[in-house]
Amino acid sequence: MEFVHVTKAFNDVKAVDDLNLRINDGEFFSLLGPSGCGKTTSLRMLGGFEEPTMGTILLGGQDVTNLPPYRRDVNTVFQSYALFPHLNVFENVAFGLRRSKVEKSEIRRRVGEMLELVDLPHLEKRQSAQLSGGQQQRVALARALVNQPKILLLDEPMSALDAKLRRQMQIELKRIQGQVGITFLYVTHDQEEAMTMSNRIAVMWRGRIEGMGTPKEVYDSPATEFVASFLGASNLLAGTIDSSDAARTVVAVAGGARMVVPSERVPDLGGAREVKVGVRPEKIEIATGTVETPANHNSLAGRVRVSSFTGVGNQYIVETTVGVDVTVYAQNIGQQSAPRSGEEVTLTWPVEHTFIVKPMPQAVVLEETEGE
Amino acid sequence: MEQLVPADHPGGVVVHRRRHRFGRALAPYLLSLPAGLWLLLLFVVPLAVMLSLSLKTCDPATGACTMTWHWAEFPNEISLYHQEFITSLLFAGGATLADLVISFPIAYWIAFHGRHRKNFFLLMLLVPFFVSFVIRTIVWEFVLSNNGVFLTTLKNLHVLPSGFHILGTSWAVMAGLAYNYLPFTALPIYVAIERIDRRVLEAAYDLYATRRQGFMRVIFPLTIPGIFAAFLLTFIPMFGDYVNQEILGGTSNTMIGTVIQNQFLVNFDYAGGASLSAILLVIALLGIFLYARLLGTRTIEQYL
Repeated sequence: MEFVHVTKAFNDVKAVDDLNLRINDGEFFSLLGPSGCGKTTSLRMLGGFEEPTMGTILLGGQDVTNLPPYRRDVNTVFQSYALFPHLNVFENVAFGLRRSKVEKSEIRRRVGEMLELVDLPHLEKRQSAQLSGGQQQRVALARALVNQPKILLLDEPMSALDAKLRRQMQIELKRIQGQVGITFLYVTHDQEEAMTMSNRIAVMWRGRIEGMGTPKEVYDSPATEFVASFLGASNLLAGTIDSSDAARTVVAVAGGARMVVPSERVPDLGGAREVKVGVRPEKIEIATGTVETPANHNSLAGRVRVSSFTGVGNQYIVETTVGVDVTVYAQNIGQQSAPRSGEEVTLTWPVEHTFIVKPMPQAVVLEETEGE
Repeated sequence: MEQLVPADHPGGVVVHRRRHRFGRALAPYLLSLPAGLWLLLLFVVPLAVMLSLSLKTCDPATGACTMTWHWAEFPNEISLYHQEFITSLLFAGGATLADLVISFPIAYWIAFHGRHRKNFFLLMLLVPFFVSFVIRTIVWEFVLSNNGVFLTTLKNLHVLPSGFHILGTSWAVMAGLAYNYLPFTALPIYVAIERIDRRVLEAAYDLYATRRQGFMRVIFPLTIPGIFAAFLLTFIPMFGDYVNQEILGGTSNTMIGTVIQNQFLVNFDYAGGASLSAILLVIALLGIFLYARLLGTRTIEQYL
């Protein structure tokens, strides 16, 4: 499956802007982003419900850009499930097979197998209105998968489920995908959901892909400031590149501190020197008083402003000497007493866990925060 | 509306709450009192009077009726007027069928392609009905008359033979009925189509249904309760209608509504008219029971 320079504009607004994306066979791929980022529009173009303004969509090497939905080897699990209210579970699942004129005995067998796979074999005769949310979702999944599409599209299928059921379904979905071996394209705004299930993730924002890779790559080395702040929490310090060689790049942060970053983790900045240095809160070690900085570490001094116990750990907000509040997560592994608020602390973290991102234009930052 | 009463504050609060609860239990009955009285006085009582009248024997000279439990009235009336019942059945059936065929495309088009003008189109459908029923029918008489604009023009152009007429025929009655009851058919069908979740239709296309199959397998089956409701709402009043036949029909195609009217106002045979009305009522109830059996009582509330 491939998107080649695909753009979709509604009136003058570009919902999807020059999208290039290649999804491999058998992959569990997630499009992740806030609402209105263009992820659902991309999915609908692949399903055949929207036509791209420009560009080409290839499916198994064949151009499907202008084919109607019923001529595409693609099936969708809709956000609202959209089960047929006048049909029972069996007929809902059999709908696609009946349209493709599959033999009756074959339909019986495949629908039976599929209901077995989604763990609903006893509900064949039930009307769809009498099913719980979780059951409806399983029927919607079976109804799409039974046709053995080249690619299965899932449009935020879990947004209507409660948190506990959602976790259960995540594991279930991953198991089913492994069993059927079909490519899954999953659209969600829930980063945890995307990271738990996917082989690869693309983070979308304003119609463009901001970062793409395995969940670990995207999380540990975010490509842009947007990815860094959308995916998990990040501490970001504005600074200027001071010196750079093949191994390390040094950034001068406001307030005089210097941060060392591995040069391989510096993205293409197009010659700009203004950057943001980042570190994830769980990578930071917190210690009371002044501590010698170990080799290959960055450090910041500060004072604990807020210290809160969360059960699995402690969360601190530290007011640093460079004038930025830094968040730290420390795991609760029963070590020495935790620093209390007001105490002077030293924060240290390994150089290899430090990253650099291109800063977002200030205007965009303001607009985004107001939109929340 | 839950009231939280502090545990350390019993006495007065509890008494206060009990009085409230009493009022609250009574409220639904008080609220339904006007409607209940209305139904009792203007529906239940006349209905009982009408039904009891059908079993009485009346003196045509004085108009005084006495209860005689004259059950034979029913078979008598049926043997006398079964032809008019059959005529009514055919006219109402034909006109209802015509209305269903005409209004389905209209309702479909407004629901799927009306966009933000849906309400405007629905209003357009209803505008002719701001004029009185009888006046509308008289205008139809004028339009269809032998010397009317349409027939005269068509005859002058030799499209129609000079002896051709519509007024007084069964076709004129059915046309009038179909015209007068069209909104009763179109609106329930519109509601049914409008309620179909567009995403369900998308799901059908996603599952290899062509547009034609999407219509046959999804839209049409989901519209059936609305079609049946439209049928009842149109067929039942048409069955008892007498205005269209009086104005547009001739002497050979009398409908049962006309007979009932004549029984009361011309022949002063109150018992006969009442028993014919009772038969009409039974036929209407049969239709509603059939609907409930086939499609459930829940769907009736949604469309009627």
